[in-house]
This record gives sequence, structure tokens and C-alpha cells, in this order.
Amino acid sequence: MLKIKEYVRAESLAQAYELNQKKSTCILGGMLWLKMSNRTFQKAVDLSGLGLDQIEETEEAFSIGAMVTLRQLEQHQRFNEFCQGIAAESVKSIVGVQFRNMATVGGSIFGRFGFSDVLTCFLALDTYVELYHGGIIPLEEFAKQPYDRDILVRLIVKKMNAQCVYLTHRNTKTDFPVLTCAVSSLDGKGYAVIGARPGRAVRMELPANWEQEEDCRELAVRIAQQTTYGSNMRASAAYRKHLAEVLLVRSMKKLAQERRGH
Amino acid sequence: MKITLTLNGKKIEAEIKPDMLLIDFVRQQGCSSVKRGCETSNCGLCTVFMDDEPILSCSILAARADGHKIDTLEGLQEEAEEFGYFIANQGAEQCGFCNPGMVMNAIALFREIPEPTVEEIKEYLAGNLCRCSGYEGQLRGILDFMEYRKNGGAR
Repeated sequence: MLKIKEYVRAESLAQAYELNQKKSTCILGGMLWLKMSNRTFQKAVDLSGLGLDQIEETEEAFSIGAMVTLRQLEQHQRFNEFCQGIAAESVKSIVGVQFRNMATVGGSIFGRFGFSDVLTCFLALDTYVELYHGGIIPLEEFAKQPYDRDILVRLIVKKMNAQCVYLTHRNTKTDFPVLTCAVSSLDGKGYAVIGARPGRAVRMELPANWEQEEDCRELAVRIAQQTTYGSNMRASAAYRKHLAEVLLVRSMKKLAQERRGH
Repeated sequence: MKITLTLNGKKIEAEIKPDMLLIDFVRQQGCSSVKRGCETSNCGLCTVFMDDEPILSCSILAARADGHKIDTLEGLQEEAEEFGYFIANQGAEQCGFCNPGMVMNAIALFREIPEPTVEEIKEYLAGNLCRCSGYEGQLRGILDFMEYRKNGGAR
């Protein structure tokens, strides 16, 4: 059971950061995962009053506040047009509408959960994280870092010519994914992301001529081999590796077709 | 700590513990339609509206609701009663425990998408679990309700 001795609605990021330097403090994002823990915190710092719940668009990028909910992300027309719907596709199977009205993008990304659809989706795009103390760094770098006591302020997704496909496999609807897979072409450069391995999602570059490869199965096997897989109650490591190959083939074929204008 | 919120149209001030969950707060205020089910944010039984959006009251602190508008089924009785007739008419209620949460989310669905497709209904209500009905009765009830509304409301 989660126990909290003091609740603080942060009035500034500086205050939230300062309070969060103590190990006995926790940050409240959507608090859905935190709520499942059996811990006691002296202070819970709520970021909901800091105006971080907006998706803003400029000429160069989308800025997605850490407190934007998964439902906002799912329903944001302009962002989904830009990423060809993979944002909506990646979150639509996460529990239900009520859950997605609460779970936040920042909570999902900062948590770097080994089951995260959201991390897989954003790794397929040219995404950066803005940390209060650590500044702006690529999401790919952030995804590899150990947990610290910084505060995630927003995601910045650079606009480029993006074509993306997102696929996932679940044992049952609304459950955690067994495996997530995204393939994207960003200004012509290809990337593949595999998540829910069950470990943090990883991004791999596709070879320059990936669309010309005669047998994309062989390429999928090569890409799938670049990362590791584990076993848990949902699936074995061997099954996940096989799934990765299958989902990579499907998504690369789909992406190649879309790029050819079919 | 003290919170002030609007519960079912009524302004309420209350003294709460910092880790009190919203479900416990609204039940303490007499809103017993809000059920505690899975406690893992999965079943939808504890659905309430916060600023007109459906959320899970088992997974949010009452402190976070400070300054917001909260509605439970008790505050939406007129809207719910009309719809509930169609659910009951299909025998979609068996134990009935999931019903308040499902009705709340169905109301949210109709407010957001007045004429949803079957796929949209299934997707929107995916976060409301029922262990009795298999969902077919609920779906028939929803479709009947939509037909009733389309025909101008004559039962």
C-alpha cells in the first residue's frame, strides 16, 4: 500500500526539483504505477499545477509536456498526422479510456518501463527529453541512463519527413504487451525499435538499402539479433525473439509499401 | 490537510489525510455507487468524472481533486436512469457490481461520441470489466439505447 505523509502541489519546477532531492520524496505523474507500490514517502510532489499538460506545435517541433495524458496524445490530431497515427496506435490498447485519462507521457517515459508502448513509439521518432537539471538530451540516450532524481519537463519531437509503423502483440486486449515494435523512416533514414522485451525499448538503425533487400525476413532476423530478450509470465525469451522477427517483417513491409505510395 | 471540491454539484470542504484515495473520499461522502474492484487500475468499477472526464478514483489522491469538479453516478441519475433501463431490459446486469462504473463510462462515451460504431463502443468500454455477462448483453443494451435515441426517444 502506498503511504504518503505530506502532499505538496508544486508551485514551480525549481521547488519540485529541490524537494525531490530527498530519497523519501516521490514525484506524482499519473501515479498509476506508483500506486501499486508498497512504500512510504515523506513527501509526494504533484506536478499537475505547473501547466505541463499541453502539446504545443512550432515550425520545427512538437513540445509534449510531461503531464500530458495518454488520452491527449491519442486524440491530438496534428501530432498523429505528423507521426502517421503511431501515437494513437501505441496507446489505444493500454487498459481503458479512464486509465489513459490519468497516465501521463512523462510518467511513462521517466519510468522507462520494460513494458512501455509509449517509449517504443517515441524512440521511433526524433525525440529529445528536457530535464530540469540535465537539460535537453536525446531520448535514446535517456532511455539507457540509470534512474536519478531529475525531473522530466517535456518531450521535444523534431519535425521531419516521418513515416512510421507501430505493431504490438498482446496475449489479451488491454494487457501489457508481450512485444512492441516500431519501424520508422526519418528523412529517409530507417530505424527499428523493439520494446517490452521485457526490458527498456531499444532503437536500432536499419541499413541504408533496407528497402531494396530482397528478403526482408533475413534482415528482420539480423535486426532482432541485435538485442536481448527475457522471459516472464507472459512469454519466453525464445517466443519474444520469434515475435520480434515476425513483427519486424510485417512493419518493414508495411512501411516500404507506404513509402512506395501503395 | 484541507481540500475544497465540487462533488455532484455541491461544494464540499473536508479535512483529509494526504494519502487518502478519491474512492475512499467519495464513498465517505455517501457516494456508494463507486465500487472498489481490482485496485490495480484495471476494472473500471471506481469510475468517476473529474472535470467531466472519466477517471479511476482508486488510483488518484483525493488531494489531487482539490479545486476540481467530481461527479459520481449519484449526480447523474437522470442521465443514467434512462440508459439503465436498456441495460436491464437485456438482462445485462447479473451481479450488478460492475454496472455503476460501466454506466458512467457509457455516459462519457455518448457525450464524446454521440453515435458510436460497435468498434468504438468496444474500444471505449474496454476498461470496464464484467465477470458475469461476457459483454454481449451490455452491447445489445447500448445499441438499443442508441436506436431509442435515434427514434426520438420513444421507448
